[in-house]
Amino acid sequence: MTIDERFSRDFREDRGEEPEGTRNPIVTGPVSDWATDFSHLEPEWAADPYPIQDNLRQQCPIAHTDRFGGGWLPTRYADVAEISYDTERFSSRSIIMSNFRPPRETAPVGGSPPISSDPPFHHDARKLLLPAFTKTAVARLEPGTRALCHSLIDDFGGQDVVDAARDYAQHIPMRVIADMLGFPADDAPQFRQFVENTLEGVNLPPEERIARMSALFDYLLEQIHDHIDNPRDDLTTFLINAELYGRKLEPSHVAGTMALLLIAGIDTTWSAIGASLWHLAKEQADRERLAAEPALLPTAMEEFLRAYAPVTMARLVKNDMQWNGVDMKADDWILLSFPAANRDPAQFDRAADVVIDRQVNRHAAFGLGIHRCVGSHLARMELRVALEVWLARIPDFTLADPSAVTWSTGQIRGPRTLPLRIS
Amino acid sequence: MKVRIDSELCQGHGRCYDLAPGLFGDDDEGYGQVLGDGILPPSEEQAARLAVANCPERAIELVEES
Repeated sequence: MTIDERFSRDFREDRGEEPEGTRNPIVTGPVSDWATDFSHLEPEWAADPYPIQDNLRQQCPIAHTDRFGGGWLPTRYADVAEISYDTERFSSRSIIMSNFRPPRETAPVGGSPPISSDPPFHHDARKLLLPAFTKTAVARLEPGTRALCHSLIDDFGGQDVVDAARDYAQHIPMRVIADMLGFPADDAPQFRQFVENTLEGVNLPPEERIARMSALFDYLLEQIHDHIDNPRDDLTTFLINAELYGRKLEPSHVAGTMALLLIAGIDTTWSAIGASLWHLAKEQADRERLAAEPALLPTAMEEFLRAYAPVTMARLVKNDMQWNGVDMKADDWILLSFPAANRDPAQFDRAADVVIDRQVNRHAAFGLGIHRCVGSHLARMELRVALEVWLARIPDFTLADPSAVTWSTGQIRGPRTLPLRIS
Repeated sequence: MKVRIDSELCQGHGRCYDLAPGLFGDDDEGYGQVLGDGILPPSEEQAARLAVANCPERAIELVEES
């Protein structure tokens, strides 16, 4: 057994009972006016955010809210891009807009590097991860992913109606990222809890939110200890051994990056696969064309990523400033909506239409600038394989009950219940 | 005509090597690289224009050879 002092005690004990930072009152309930009181956690937004975003873009275009202690929602592509590129004035030290702001001293590392990191640390933390996530590296996972997709469809048996979100889409990224991190495949049901706790538990009371996040970090520490005892060729062992500036990573960095890969690796891709199947189930012409022309899938997939971009990020304003006509205060949130940017008619022709053979498509589904999604090549591989296998096996499918479809709440949007009639 | 990648702008989205694999490849960290001398054969012109039109960072240029 190897001795690794870094993990011999729980690194969380060093920071006391409760994480320091700023807490704001939790405000829930119907939105009175989207321009001045927006909330991405209300059911109206979850059900269909696009008309809300389109209205704001025409009228506002940067909405404000007093909820979450104050925040802004830019809806134009140009504004979203400008903020993405401006790491001088907007910090990534928290990327989930909630009622808790971590202390300023958390920058430039943040709780889950590199997504929570600012320059210059960001570059070095990200560089560690990049080689494992290149297109070439993730291509090695394609045969296993394809076999998994087939086995999930085999498991449908003779059912006429299946839940494509629960029984298909969610399992694909869960299994793929669990394998990459070297976590037991049987633990997958827990991952769904971790994902929902992190991303959908935003308006829960702080003690409950802390307790739920503790469960995730307890699990990760268990995995770290197991990997210290039994090192293997996976990302967990890699992170335990990785070095930055001539020394091993801080224990909180190891666990924070593992949390990032687990959470961000799962529900984003789950959402993209689900939203694409949802679109194809309701649009017969697109479905028939793709089933007949599989070579069009890579192009169509980019359009699904544009139109149904699953991921919205957040930033924190560093200092008081006037910015593009609004009066931003230090520590105001920015809800950085790549979905809203992707439907800006100033950037995209026929922005509101899903055009599966769109040739010019500079969408921002994976972000822009230095925080471009590290897992984008992995996500694209999983999405392509998931849709290829589904369309080959089940070319004809429809929404079994459009009113039964449910969508996740919060910054990651995708179907969570998706009953499809497959025969 | 030649293709060029501005490495200051490239963030490794990989649209160029997806859409024009005859002209672009990825390096060990996933950033785009021009293969060979970057001189654009007529047969690759369409692919090159697609790569330009789909780079989210606008990092790819077609330049006239001087």
